[in-house]
Amino acid sequence: MATLPPALSDWFTAKGWTLHPHQQDMLARAQDPATLLIAPTGGGKTLAGFLPTLAELGPNPPPGLHTLYISPLKALTADIRRNLGTPIEGAGLKIRVEDRTGDTSYTQRRRQRADPPHILLTTPESLALLLSYEDAPRIFAGLQRVIIDELHALAESKRGDQLVLQIARLQSLNLNLRRIGLSATVENPPALARFLAPNTTILEADPGPDPDISMLETEAPPPWSGGGGRYAIPAILNEITRHKTTLIFHNTRAQCEIFFHDLWLQNTEDLPIGIHHGSLSREQRERVEQAMTAGALRAVVCTGSLDLGIDWGDVDLVIQVGAPKNVKRLVQRIGRANHRYNAPSKALLVPANRFEVVECQAALDAVHAHTLDGEPRGPGPKDVLCQHILATACAGPFDADQLYAEVITAGPYALLTKQEFDACLDFTATGGYALKAYDRWQRLKQTNGKWHLRDPRAALLIRQNLGTIIDIETLKVRLRNHGAPLGEVEEGFASSLTPGDTFLIGGQVVRYESLREMTVEVSKTPGRDPKVAVFNGTKFATSTLLADRILEIFQQDSWPDLPAHTAWWLAKQREVSRLPDPHSLLLESFPHDGREHLCIYGFAGRNAQQTLGLLVTKQMESQGLAPLGFVATDYATLIWGLDPVTDPKPLFDLETLREGLDTWLAGNAVMKRTFRNTAIIAGLIERSHQGRRKTGRQATFSSDILYDTLRRYDPDHLLLQITREEALRGLIDFSRIEQLLARVGPRIDLIRLDRVTPLAAPLFFEPSRVPVEGAGRDRLAAAQAQALMEAAGLA
Amino acid sequence: MHKLFFHGETLHLLSSGGLFWPARKTLTVSDLHLGKSERLARRGGTLLPPYETQATLEKLDRDLDVTGAETVICLGDSFDDLAAADGIEETSRLWLARLIAGKDWTWITGNHDPGPIEIGGSHRAELKLQPFTFRHIAELQDRAEISGHYHPKASLAGQSRPCFLADAQRLILPAYGVYTGGLRSHDATLTALMAKDALAILTGPRVLAIPMPR
Repeated sequence: MATLPPALSDWFTAKGWTLHPHQQDMLARAQDPATLLIAPTGGGKTLAGFLPTLAELGPNPPPGLHTLYISPLKALTADIRRNLGTPIEGAGLKIRVEDRTGDTSYTQRRRQRADPPHILLTTPESLALLLSYEDAPRIFAGLQRVIIDELHALAESKRGDQLVLQIARLQSLNLNLRRIGLSATVENPPALARFLAPNTTILEADPGPDPDISMLETEAPPPWSGGGGRYAIPAILNEITRHKTTLIFHNTRAQCEIFFHDLWLQNTEDLPIGIHHGSLSREQRERVEQAMTAGALRAVVCTGSLDLGIDWGDVDLVIQVGAPKNVKRLVQRIGRANHRYNAPSKALLVPANRFEVVECQAALDAVHAHTLDGEPRGPGPKDVLCQHILATACAGPFDADQLYAEVITAGPYALLTKQEFDACLDFTATGGYALKAYDRWQRLKQTNGKWHLRDPRAALLIRQNLGTIIDIETLKVRLRNHGAPLGEVEEGFASSLTPGDTFLIGGQVVRYESLREMTVEVSKTPGRDPKVAVFNGTKFATSTLLADRILEIFQQDSWPDLPAHTAWWLAKQREVSRLPDPHSLLLESFPHDGREHLCIYGFAGRNAQQTLGLLVTKQMESQGLAPLGFVATDYATLIWGLDPVTDPKPLFDLETLREGLDTWLAGNAVMKRTFRNTAIIAGLIERSHQGRRKTGRQATFSSDILYDTLRRYDPDHLLLQITREEALRGLIDFSRIEQLLARVGPRIDLIRLDRVTPLAAPLFFEPSRVPVEGAGRDRLAAAQAQALMEAAGLA
Repeated sequence: MHKLFFHGETLHLLSSGGLFWPARKTLTVSDLHLGKSERLARRGGTLLPPYETQATLEKLDRDLDVTGAETVICLGDSFDDLAAADGIEETSRLWLARLIAGKDWTWITGNHDPGPIEIGGSHRAELKLQPFTFRHIAELQDRAEISGHYHPKASLAGQSRPCFLADAQRLILPAYGVYTGGLRSHDATLTALMAKDALAILTGPRVLAIPMPR
């Protein structure tokens, strides 16, 4: 058992603090090579992680880096520096704690390399950069511990894959390195433990009381479709007045903006309410954060930007607007209320439409049953490995066998074969092309058995591209006259604007004026209704766990737990058709408004249902059924066309669907976007930096061109393999179509009806309909060109 | 294909980005940037797929075949730099030689390839073929001028495509090379150069003319 310095124990006693049992346990297990601590929010988790470090360092430690703390958020490192500083300074310990992120000044970073603090707080990206320096072995020479905060959040993304590769590197530099992972909500502790290290001890703290969570009751029933929860604003305002501070979570930035705008219009009592999301300018976000900490706000309308970490004072209610799509995220958000150990968190769910009432009920059931979801992630992505190999080469020459041995100690790469590793090495060294005619295609060279950069100057470029977060290209938005920055919009959205268009940002309606030097200039407008939608952000797909629970709810004889309007709706569906069940795939076919419709209740999540729409309409096209378009939600795909489907089985033949995926879907925009991200991470193309984009634009060309070129001349190239693997799991989500078809087997049931069914009706109100005409886009462009020429008097 | 009547001549603006002048059986292409991936690799940059020379030559081969052109003008930046011209791979060199054979082939110098190159054809700073002047970069005062250099592009129905820019005075060609980016027609350089009533003729599956977006 490690013991705390007496000065620190005394200080704790003076403050009236006693250690929680799990904090004691961390001290007891100080010598374990790896420990995963799972504790609820507010349980003093972070302090627990640092206790062994404080015990080992003692009151007056010798210089040198002892502990590395890694968090997914920059803001969290600054927060921890303050929180850790209080007891260290209070007890008069001579321990230096510093943070190092992208925001740290150049001089500070230089100094940290020459003379590292005892405890360095950083992010995976900053660590990647540090490890790529030639003096990395010296900087990390005495490192004893590494603490990873919010491990569950990192483990879900490539940032986590990169991080564990880096920790494997650190372990090679320091055999005695001990790892601590800190996590709140985990669906599968052993899997997360293996992610951290091969031999991790799991410590689970008392999870505390169950949350007080329910569905918000409103006078008006939710609408049949759509999102945003505008109907519930009076009830939500009422809740805000009855609580100290309320966080109102939305699933997308666009909904967050629209809701905040509408809330403000109905806020007759002038309650101080703020908005917080990732597309707002830093100044604006900081202002809201400060006001929150000072207790000056009664509510904040926010997105995932407030999911993690930081303490924002006295939140006593969390409202989730829209179905949570994923139980784990919901539990995390609930934890944001009452940041005190042993006090139940209070949360309300607000379904945005009738279907979401059922989904919210499924989520409530899951929370009460303590089941969490989480799709298991596949093996460690190879683009991250390619970047790791390049970064390793920046630090100095390496031996390929040794690096391979090190890489497979990292959890996600445990099953990586030597052959796969060699393919990644070949890609980083020569580009890995089938055409081997050129000797100039050499980034890495082998000399005396060791691999190194052919040109050491290339290190600069490689370092600039480190990291696995790919920013969607955005443009700053600011007011034309005052020049005040308002936030950012995606470049694609900006290019769709024409002067005079109005849109929402930071809760206000603005008018697009011009695009000047990569900045969108806008003016304030008195209008209340924005003309165009806000951002084109991505949408989460409903998890398999929730989808399964919804299907279970459908099997009940009656629905006493559901609001009467929703129970009636389900009963009606059962009366005229059937409710979908887990053992078969229900299809409904009916005429409506002069078109034939096919509704596929796959419950496979938005992305998979979308892919299903693309693949099935392609099949229908070749069968001459003249499909005209489709729309997909998390539960169903609705296809319309000229002729009815009578024999559905061939449409759902797995082999045929897979073939469609291999051929024409390969040219899809989703694949191109996935390729771009992969190509940036693997180091094939450079990130576009704001400054560089402004000048010399002719010199840079679209990654789509590289994708098309590779498909044509080098179809087996490593990056195309990676792109395929990614897309199938990610945006295309073919794996869920496979799961669905495996589950239902031959039970594909088509019911022919004479009109729209209650369950299918809401689909008719869904936006984002996808037209199917092959030549449609071309015809559209031609018609537009004609109109433009006529308007200009040229046709 | 889009037919443009320009200084008394009919010109065919091809969907590939090439320009065909039927009366003189002349095909003009601009900014091929052959050897771009080789230049980047040589300079220690990223290792792009080494297929763009092959892809660009395939395109050119097809256009020569379809149009039956006897005269070819490459409007400059045909090679990504002079060393790229020397370093061009043997199969591509032979392919290019086969395309040049029997044709009246002119390489106009560009800013990327300012000197002569060791591949057949003649080399000139600019070329006059009545009534037109062919050069790499447009000159403000000239008339009946056909040039390249800027890689113009424009968007229609949410899609950005390389485009020709045309007004009464000049015609600017899009980049023909496969590994090339573009400059939006909104850019101040282009709006200053082109008259108010200029057209943008977009390449792609169907060639479409629109008022030049500015």
